[in-house]
Amino acid sequence: MTTPPFDGNVSAGTLSDVFAFDTTMAVTTCAACGDTRPLAELHTYMWAPGIVLRCATCEAVQIRHVHSADGRGWFEMTGVRVMQLPVASA
Amino acid sequence: MKWLVGTVSETTPETVSAVTVRLDVPDWPGHRAGQHVDVRLTAEDGYQAQRSYSIASAPGSEQLELTVVRLDDGEVSPYLAGDLSVGDQIELRGPVGGYFVWDGDDSRPVLLAGGGSGVVPLMSMLRHHAGIGSDAAMHLVYSARTAGDVLYRDELGKLAGDPHRAATVTLTREPGGSGWDGRRGRVDAALLGEVGWPASSAPRCFVCGPDTFVEAVANELVGMGHEPQNVKTERFGPTGG
Repeated sequence: MTTPPFDGNVSAGTLSDVFAFDTTMAVTTCAACGDTRPLAELHTYMWAPGIVLRCATCEAVQIRHVHSADGRGWFEMTGVRVMQLPVASA
Repeated sequence: MKWLVGTVSETTPETVSAVTVRLDVPDWPGHRAGQHVDVRLTAEDGYQAQRSYSIASAPGSEQLELTVVRLDDGEVSPYLAGDLSVGDQIELRGPVGGYFVWDGDDSRPVLLAGGGSGVVPLMSMLRHHAGIGSDAAMHLVYSARTAGDVLYRDELGKLAGDPHRAATVTLTREPGGSGWDGRRGRVDAALLGEVGWPASSAPRCFVCGPDTFVEAVANELVGMGHEPQNVKTERFGPTGG
């Protein structure tokens, strides 16, 4: 699979609807392969519809976020074994 | 992160296909060099399109500047880089992202590598460096297709002789005999080694542009011994460099 043109940086505005912190600074561990890196570096598909973030090493889906036309939304991160939260800034 | 309204105060062509849009955004909370905004356009029928654009202006500047390269098949860029007039309003959200930022609060050397429109957030860093009078050594390596595609060409040209900031532009598709007497070819380990710093200096590296450019340059840097955590990457869009 070729790498997509985007990475997790571009998803952060949309994910601010879900998380109260800057997601680019969160670190995820892939549930499939254990690769651990900042969310900013995940391979990201936008308007897929919605956002899909894949592991940069094994391409397994880590996070999905999508809205329907009537405004309902879904979010799942079953592809993340654990997310390390960014240190809260002063 | 709530949506704000920005009013266009000025549009400045940068190249044949790129425009810098200056926006007045009341309640703008300020930003850090390297961050971006999400821009949302709403058509009369309610259809919405959203894209992200890096902030070109330095932190603390009065107005927000976005440099938009028009993609022929783009959904948003042709409007922003073609149809906007002074007084038009656009919705934007931000600033976004704390991973790809340079605050200038340490004196480590900084290597910036930009491909195509990837130079935009790096320009914010260069401008911030000047604005705070940083004495950290900063070098921008900028890959563009042709001389006509080079953004901020005059501003980068004025860096010659600057003691702390420098820029090296390399073109990948400039025709021979065109009068361009600068570098040609891709950003490779040789160029990075020539203008950058050894891994032992632990420079901060920021690489931005199309994913093929970012992949190649980031891998080169790590291959040269730079620690992966010192190499920050931002991939966006298919525009070439």
